[in-house]
Amino acid sequence: MTTTTERAVGQPIERIEGPDKVRGAARYAAEYQVGDDLAYAWVAQSPVASGTLNGVTVDPLVEADDVLAVLWHGNAPRLAEADDPELAVLQSERISYRGQALALVVARTFEAARRAAATLQLDIAEDPHDTVLRTDHPELYAPEKVNPAFPAATSSGDVDAAFEAAPVTVDVTYSTPALHNSPMEPHATTALWAGDDLVLYDSNQHPPGIAATVGALFDLPPERVHVITEHVGGGFGSKGTARPNAVLAAMAAKVTGRPVRLALPRQALFSMVGHRTPTIQRVRLAAAEDGRLTAIDHEVVEHSSRLFEFAEQTAVATRHMYAAPNRRTGHQLVRLDMPTPRWMRAPGEAPGMVALECAMDELAVALSLDPIELRVRNEPSVEPESGVPFSSRHYVECLRRGADRFGWHDRDPRPRQRREGDWWIGTGVAGATYPTMAQPSTARVRRLAADSYEVSIAAADLGTGARTILTQIAADALEVPVSQVRMRIGDSTLPKASVAGGSSGSASWGWAVTGACRALRSSSSSSSSSSSDEATFDSSELIEKQEKDGKHAFGAHFAEVRVDAVTGEVRVSRLFGMFAAGKILNPRTARSQFLGGMIMGMGMALHEESVLDPAMGTWVNHDLAEYHIPAHADIESIEAEWLDEQDDQLNPMGSKGIGEIGIVGSPAAILNAIWHATGVRIRDLPARLDKILPHI
Amino acid sequence: MKTFTYRTAAGVADGLEPGATFLGGGTNLVDLMKLGVATPDVLVDVTRLGLDDVAELPGGGLRIGAGVRNSDLAADPRVRGQYPVLSQALLAGASGQLRNMATTAGNLLQRTRCRYFMDATMPCNKHDPGSGCPAVSGDHRNLAILGASPSCIATHPSDMAVALAALDAVVRISGPTGERTVPVTELHRLPGDTPERDTVLEHGELITAVDLPPLEFATRSTYRKVRDRASYAFAVGSVAAALQVTDGTVRDVRLAFGAVAHKPWRASQAEEALRGRPATRESFLAAADAELGAARPLRDNTFKVALIRNLVASVLEGLS
Ligand SMILES: Cc1cc2nc3c(=O)[nH]c(=O)nc-3n(C[C@H](O)[C@H](O)[C@H](O)COP(=O)(O)OP(=O)(O)OC[C@H]3O[C@@H](n4cnc5c(N)ncnc54)[C@H](O)[C@@H]3O)c2cc1C
Ligand code: SF4
Repeated sequence: MTTTTERAVGQPIERIEGPDKVRGAARYAAEYQVGDDLAYAWVAQSPVASGTLNGVTVDPLVEADDVLAVLWHGNAPRLAEADDPELAVLQSERISYRGQALALVVARTFEAARRAAATLQLDIAEDPHDTVLRTDHPELYAPEKVNPAFPAATSSGDVDAAFEAAPVTVDVTYSTPALHNSPMEPHATTALWAGDDLVLYDSNQHPPGIAATVGALFDLPPERVHVITEHVGGGFGSKGTARPNAVLAAMAAKVTGRPVRLALPRQALFSMVGHRTPTIQRVRLAAAEDGRLTAIDHEVVEHSSRLFEFAEQTAVATRHMYAAPNRRTGHQLVRLDMPTPRWMRAPGEAPGMVALECAMDELAVALSLDPIELRVRNEPSVEPESGVPFSSRHYVECLRRGADRFGWHDRDPRPRQRREGDWWIGTGVAGATYPTMAQPSTARVRRLAADSYEVSIAAADLGTGARTILTQIAADALEVPVSQVRMRIGDSTLPKASVAGGSSGSASWGWAVTGACRALRSSSSSSSSSSSDEATFDSSELIEKQEKDGKHAFGAHFAEVRVDAVTGEVRVSRLFGMFAAGKILNPRTARSQFLGGMIMGMGMALHEESVLDPAMGTWVNHDLAEYHIPAHADIESIEAEWLDEQDDQLNPMGSKGIGEIGIVGSPAAILNAIWHATGVRIRDLPARLDKILPHI
Repeated sequence: MKTFTYRTAAGVADGLEPGATFLGGGTNLVDLMKLGVATPDVLVDVTRLGLDDVAELPGGGLRIGAGVRNSDLAADPRVRGQYPVLSQALLAGASGQLRNMATTAGNLLQRTRCRYFMDATMPCNKHDPGSGCPAVSGDHRNLAILGASPSCIATHPSDMAVALAALDAVVRISGPTGERTVPVTELHRLPGDTPERDTVLEHGELITAVDLPPLEFATRSTYRKVRDRASYAFAVGSVAAALQVTDGTVRDVRLAFGAVAHKPWRASQAEEALRGRPATRESFLAAADAELGAARPLRDNTFKVALIRNLVASVLEGLS
């Protein structure tokens, strides 16, 4: 029997599929060869934000030209009731947002489909629309729950009295714009029917979920839908559930009897697949002279669509960040003529911690206290709202170690003190947190010939390295080298996996994989005849019994920025993150998750913004030339480090999620650094030069 | 995207049939075709006409072939030595890959990045005359503050063109009725009531070259571009300048602004206000004010006035 001297978990192993990706051999949803009769689909989207579609006329000349079908609600097959009304595509005349799918053209060639879609006559009766989020909107209401199942409002103590009595208070409003995930690989599906079974090559974060959801729409049980998701070019939350592309492709394949490919164009990613809601957040903090918080109040206004309620959990992180005897959080929504917002990397925490962590910086200034010291003084001993002890919390260590590594200590706390040439220079800090979760999953392991093992789970690797990490986990649990483990993922027919979301993939799938591998080992080590070559493990029971509260990753971000006194341009000279996120399973892939999150945080602070035109009822920038994310030249020095955190209350690996925490707090650190550089507080993201220039 | 045919131009005098358009590197035109904003029936490829030389002119100066790629032009030692402003402007634009494809003529004739113009589903007087200009009340943060009209407030997005405007470059044109030359500063129109027309070129007129006249003090010239991220973004405002100072006095100056108007904006009034004045920050600011007095910013682009003013002072201080 082979023994391994070194554990694989914790090693910086390279992505298993890396060479395939570099050579172009890795296949994505729109790249599968599925036969000679493949047809292509193109979506005709609504040019109005609200109204009724009364008819669709097809130019007869165009129709003759390679077009196989033009589907709209007047002729499309009826779908079963959808939990997600965005998936009830081509089922109703009602237009709920600009960009909604109104018709689908299926043609022999991609070009013919696109051309025909452009010539469709859409007979639309337009209604007035309302797309603007504002705090005095008459239709604001408090939802019952925020995503996924938190109470929308919480309150304890007497917040108002605490504000009356406090010697120092901060009362500030921060707003964040709508943001779009826009992953590199657009949402795409190649669909075909094999008899009555549906096969979907689909780009998503959850193959079994897609199978169940799309299956239900076509009255099929999940096992009759085969979803293949070998590789995914990013999702950032927008591929967490089935999107209209999967349903439309399946529908078109059914109608035409051919395999059908539908890859959404970049522009459609800015309307059809979700976005991060814009937020307007009022944060009030009350503190004693020594900096101890006496009250925290965080009230959020955000939007959802007419179609259904998606309530982002923007203020939820505030419930466990800092100690204070009096506390209140709340969310209010207004339903607008907009697409439905969805998950986008750290939904809730990312925008919520902008407001909280910038407000903390403002409070530190009001108290003349170092912003790190202020945070340390408000470190809670247990989770403040639930009273549950933290399974592990090393926030203060992240702040302190990070401060050492970044070189925080000789900082002059006053703003507008450092100038080099035309540049104002400043530094800022902010905290980070993200919940640690695990969701029920099942894995199977088989011993193949010659000391090799096949481990299977219907997980999806979005480019994060999930496939590699699961291989490492399996190797250790089997006590064999990674070279003896073949990992199969990305297929809904494999044992059921939870979604690649909520930074919970590695924990959830790794748990099931560990369980299966251990079961195989214990059955083979027993000398009884029951020894078998296969084992399966379902983590549901263990996870159900687990305490959910008190489990979070923490971190601290440090930023150094320079602001051009002539132009107001901001550049981030240094960005440093220190994290406490349990056991780091693979330092190479972990580092790129942390850095990727931090870079996305930089984008949130400085660049990303979906620009709304209220008259047109839509966002007017909808490609990557106009919707800016950081370019390579924006990244100067960026580093992530982590503490060696042990926590045995989480999962067999002792790991916490790392995919999202990088974007939480990094924007606030940059905004706080801009203030320190210039004395200008930007409370309306992104911090563009035109907002800074008038004040410097 | 509309079906089209493609052919290569047989010669400079080949011309264009109705519905045809010249194709350079295609980095702008093909994008607009995919977006349904440009709908030519025929593409006539002019990149194989041999117009890809940078040659010295007899009396000094350079003749830049219309097909010279932006990367090659930026790297040309004569350009870098005698006209650094042009090299810098080119390198501040787009990305390495795009500059490898983009041609001199194509860069000059690239169209506005106004977000409504680039979306065929939107009203826009430029792509659909008479349909209105939603930018005036909508998104115009990066649109014009000078020379705009109620019909259109688009900006010309080129960096290169701003440097060429400052350098008094002259466009050489070959058309159905013969050859002519037009200064770069007069190539692009102001929008007026006909914003669908970007330039004074007639259908079938081919740009063959751009002449750079000699300008000795252009060795002291520079391009400063302000943008929303460190690279790969169009200008929010830019200044091209060349300055000649003797004994603390401005002998001569060339100044042009980018991302402020429907054309690269030659700041003639500022130049006028500067000649013979002391080369001080005060004079530079006064000159900027002389030019920007005509600015008519809208709700969300007033910042450009202060931005250009600051840039002028900073750039000229840097050169003096
Ligand atoms: C993502 C992106 C970012 C960019 N960023 C910048 C930037 O920061 N700064 C900047 O300045 N530019 C930028 N650009 C624009 C780029 O510079 C232009 O696309 C390029 O210069 C156009 O040159 P081309 O040869 O490809 O033109 P084409 O696309 O081939 O043609 C453009 C126009 O010129 C016409 N034309 C071409 N040649 C001739 C000729 N000889 N005579 C008459 N008409 C002709 C064509 O008919 C067409 O109307 C960017 C482009 C992209 C896609
Ligand atoms: S500014 Fe010009 S290009 Fe833009 S929408 Fe108005 S008319 Fe069209």
